[in-house]
Amino acid sequence: MAKEGHIKVDGKKVQRIDIATHRQLMWWKFRKNYMAMIAAGILGIFLIISIFAEFIAPYSSGLRNTRYLAGPPMSVHLFDAKGKFHLRPFIYGWVNKRDPVTLALIPVVDTSKQIPLSIFHRGESYKLWGLFKSNLHLFGVNEGMVNIFGTDQIGRDIFSRIMYATRISLSVGAIGVFFVFIIGLLMGGIAGYFGGIADELIMRLMEFLRSIPTLPLWLALAAALPRDWSALKVYVAILLILSSVGWTNLGRRVRSKLLSIREDDFVLSARLAGCSDARIIFHHMLPSFMSYIIVDLTVSFPYIILAETALSFLGLGLREPIVSWGVLLYSAQNIHALAEIPWLLITGLFVVIAVLAFNFMGDGLRDAADPLAK
Amino acid sequence: MSTLIEVKDLKRYFPVGRSNFLGRHRIFLRAVDGVSFEIQKSESLGLVGESGSGKTTLGRTIIRLIEPTSGRIIFKNKDETIDIATLKHNELRRQWRHMQMIFQDPYSSLNQRMTVKEIIGESLIANRLASGDELDERVKNIALLCGLKIGQLRRYPHAFSGGQRQRIAIARALIMHPEFIVCDEPVSALDVSIQAQILNLLKDLQQELKLTYLFIAHDLGAVAYACERVAVMYLGRLVEVAVTEKIYYTPKHPYTEALMSSIPPDDPGLPIKKTITGEQPSPINPPTGCPFHPRCKYADDDRCRTEIPELYEVFPGHFVSCHYAESLVLKGALHQEIASGVEGAGKNRVINDLNKRRDKIIISQSK
Repeated sequence: MAKEGHIKVDGKKVQRIDIATHRQLMWWKFRKNYMAMIAAGILGIFLIISIFAEFIAPYSSGLRNTRYLAGPPMSVHLFDAKGKFHLRPFIYGWVNKRDPVTLALIPVVDTSKQIPLSIFHRGESYKLWGLFKSNLHLFGVNEGMVNIFGTDQIGRDIFSRIMYATRISLSVGAIGVFFVFIIGLLMGGIAGYFGGIADELIMRLMEFLRSIPTLPLWLALAAALPRDWSALKVYVAILLILSSVGWTNLGRRVRSKLLSIREDDFVLSARLAGCSDARIIFHHMLPSFMSYIIVDLTVSFPYIILAETALSFLGLGLREPIVSWGVLLYSAQNIHALAEIPWLLITGLFVVIAVLAFNFMGDGLRDAADPLAK
Repeated sequence: MSTLIEVKDLKRYFPVGRSNFLGRHRIFLRAVDGVSFEIQKSESLGLVGESGSGKTTLGRTIIRLIEPTSGRIIFKNKDETIDIATLKHNELRRQWRHMQMIFQDPYSSLNQRMTVKEIIGESLIANRLASGDELDERVKNIALLCGLKIGQLRRYPHAFSGGQRQRIAIARALIMHPEFIVCDEPVSALDVSIQAQILNLLKDLQQELKLTYLFIAHDLGAVAYACERVAVMYLGRLVEVAVTEKIYYTPKHPYTEALMSSIPPDDPGLPIKKTITGEQPSPINPPTGCPFHPRCKYADDDRCRTEIPELYEVFPGHFVSCHYAESLVLKGALHQEIASGVEGAGKNRVINDLNKRRDKIIISQSK
């Protein structure tokens, strides 16, 4: 982990690594891990999507393209059928034709008609974060609708729905991880700090929770939710269900870290220096295991996302009009949908990418948490 | 010379195994089992023994980093006499300004997230005793005294080697001008080439600041070099306490004799005579009678097996806990060299150290 280079401090040349803070050392180590950096970049894009979903999605999640049902993804072109280059990307128009065998209406690409894409398109109006009124979208078309990931059975734009679902699924992960963090830190902290009977009780509770197969437990809890609850209420309830089971790992980690760090030489010497209990905990102990906890949280992120996806996929999680990745995949359940509208599975690609990215970033963070290890 | 610390019948038992439902333990590990001794002002008392003999626990219990199970630790500071074992939490925090500790491993004893200046000045910062220029000044002074450079104070511990880290740890221990310091194997984690530097630094600081050390070590050479008196510990008890020369040349306890014979001779051609066999018994289930009797080659009667020998003064200033201390004829560290007739037996590292020390004592006495 040699970081070459010198800087001047008080008129003297100093090696940069010698005066680097722990955070700097972690960053230097993290950025050497290319996979983790790429993963962080992908997650950055996901974050931007979640924040600006209304702007990036050309349409709202419920808007239907009634003339383009179960339509395949429209490809964006720069060259037309004659090989002529267009500076402005365009899509072809389509016409609905009857299938001679099934007599069903199917959209057929009409290369004679070019519809140019417009960037920063003024289209459907929305309220960003429920606050700012706008009708600006990243892209759109003046004529008809553009569905770059195709449409579902009733003509809703899959690309737009995935953008909104990304926001919901990531927020489920983030808020779930936040709950896990609070419960895990509290329970692990109590167990590790007070010990004795509190420790026994909490440890037995953790073991009990871990011994229950998770999927049936979620199902039971989720099935117990009243069906007449609003989508938002269900959303919060699902989060609480997922984190009430998911905190045990972190709780264990916090407890064992507290127990081992409490006897570490540097904590003992902080005690000898006459530090108060609060200063020992917040100034000496917490910073030294915070990096490990952040790693744990990063790794537990995809578990919560996957758990929510699984629940929603089974129809017991989130429900329309809230769209999450699981809700979108729910519609791809039957063989008919899979055979006729395979583009519904694009959502799965997003789930896979997100989970992999979190795992790779967690790996990188784990290495970086101990920046001086060779 | 006056007494600075007087330890009386100090015990520390650790509960082991699972507690029963009411949180009561049945089995205890007797890490320190009734230890009494005194440390004089400005002296360094060496504490030696095998690993697992309770040296570190004893050192930590004396400054109450570990709570004693029973016993008294009398600290005589100027005109007040305090029993450290009964201090309340807040009083103890204050008392720690007078007693500090240097840990064995300078890699784990320094907080990686703090600069050297923050580490050394932590006592002052945490108790709001100094800030700004005054803090800078005090940290600088103590750092210079410990052989650090002013330009290094902004760095983090990872920029330093083991020896330098130990200097930082020493500076941290000294910032409040304590009288008493427990050195828990302060050089055993360091390169051999650095060990002498740190030992010399500790000695110089002791003279300059009138420090009193409890010097825990298993390197008998380092102890011979650094300490006026040595206490030998076995299975949680002291078996022998005397001035260094007596312990090394004329030990009175069979265990001390065995320890001394374990010092490897400088000449690799000389055989290492094995004088002790077996393992140290478990302090959870110590032997009856003399704790050393299962390994002692002189023990052969019921007295050793049944009666625990008390530490008593066999000669003035020479304490032993052995029923037969007066009648046994034991061999000291010199024995092997003399017996094998090697020319210039003084080449042995220990003997060299002892000779150096003796010169110093003679010089200081003639003054």
